[in-house]
Amino acid sequence: MLRDWLSVGVAMAAGLFMTVQYFLVSESANAAYRTVLLWMQIVFAFALIIGVIGVLRIHLKKLSRPGSGRIYSGTLLAGAVLMSVFGFSGGIERGSAFLWVFDNLQAPMQSTVFSLLAFYVASAAYRGFRARSMESAVLVIAALIVLIGRVPVGEWLSPHIPESADWILNVPALAAKRAILIGIGLGMIATSLKVIAGLERTYLGGR
Amino acid sequence: MNRPRQLSCLLSSLLPGLTALPVAAAETPADSLSGGWLAAGRNAELAGIILCVIALGVTAWLARRGRTPRLRSLPALDAIGNALGRATEQGTPVVYITGWGGDMARPTTMASMVILSEVAQNAAGMNCRLIFPSHDPLVASVAQETVQQAARTAGRPDWYRPDDVAFVSQSQLGYAAAVDGLMARERPGAVFLLGTFEGEALILAETAHQSRAVTIAGTDSTIQLSFLLVACDYTLIGEELFAASGLVAKDQTIAAAVWGQDWLRYLIITTLLAGGALFSIWGFNLGAWLTG
Repeated sequence: MLRDWLSVGVAMAAGLFMTVQYFLVSESANAAYRTVLLWMQIVFAFALIIGVIGVLRIHLKKLSRPGSGRIYSGTLLAGAVLMSVFGFSGGIERGSAFLWVFDNLQAPMQSTVFSLLAFYVASAAYRGFRARSMESAVLVIAALIVLIGRVPVGEWLSPHIPESADWILNVPALAAKRAILIGIGLGMIATSLKVIAGLERTYLGGR
Repeated sequence: MNRPRQLSCLLSSLLPGLTALPVAAAETPADSLSGGWLAAGRNAELAGIILCVIALGVTAWLARRGRTPRLRSLPALDAIGNALGRATEQGTPVVYITGWGGDMARPTTMASMVILSEVAQNAAGMNCRLIFPSHDPLVASVAQETVQQAARTAGRPDWYRPDDVAFVSQSQLGYAAAVDGLMARERPGAVFLLGTFEGEALILAETAHQSRAVTIAGTDSTIQLSFLLVACDYTLIGEELFAASGLVAKDQTIAAAVWGQDWLRYLIITTLLAGGALFSIWGFNLGAWLTG
């Protein structure tokens, strides 16, 4: 109970301070703000260590159990150990084994996962653009105008198509986006104020 | 009285603690009130914050006096129970994802944690496995506490499995690949995508759809929102995510914040309409006046 009240007190004080310092012109407040940012980095670094230990613990446990997922856990552990050895022994500069593995394994694998997005966009668009209702029909028409308006053939067909595409993006789409952003802003302020007031305590793990 | 001075006086009366904060050594309290220690160009933001404090304070006070607001239900929230029931019947787990874009300091992640608590309580009650892969070790720690507490509240402390609520990777696409693989192997009955998402949003949503899971999404990222809207079964649009956290909270004071947000929304709409009318009729730029 005392730990909870202490956590709430620290959160309230920190929230109030961060809000107030934003509006202040004071070197002492700025210095305190910079110190708090440093603290955050230190806390995060320790949290990352705990997180990595957790990942290794989970995969060591999985590796010791029979099952089809052992190969994935083994790969993860081997990768973690090898990259640590490369990093600590040879550094991470150009020409190092660490950077070679990063450039020739990690980067292509990331590109591969990212390239999946193109197929997923096509698949999601297919489902979303099926004109099953009035709203879907409007969505399809707007999407077609924007798609054609953004490629050279749109200008060739009619100069009104790129103009219409720009109008859709700059007027109705932007208006809707701004409305959503205003709502999000209000929601964020409300949540932050609830934290500062001690009403919202999810950061304590739902207690 | 000029406007910065008016705002400073208003601020001093509303937030007495602020005047006690350290000011630059060369300034006297009188200088401070003339706006010397208040950051220039932030008057409108300050006034906005004060209005938010008033609106949320008044609605919380009214809620404590029994004036509870009537909040409409959200289809995505109503679908949570059905999604969990479906997963339980199929004997499949549910996956809860807060996205790669948000850390624990982001209000969206906090709102998502409130919903996680509700989902975990229901899942524990139904004995349905819950998996929470996280990109951030701090989010993972809070989620572990939240799920563990939810299990205790549901009377099923043994249901909580620490290995299911864990940090995965900080790399965006490494995280996406890990969660994709998890969904492909475990075939979850329901997937919750509630938080701040970036490029991984559609990869995760489409994989969830391909694994035939019920997908319930909500994000504050306007770019990813369009992807989630077409790819997911239910979507909380922007502010609805925050409203949902208020709705699932059993505390009326917290739910009253949704009411306060509505008041502020009406005020913004009125200001926008007034600004348009003033500029169209008299050429008066309300926006420039408000921002000094």
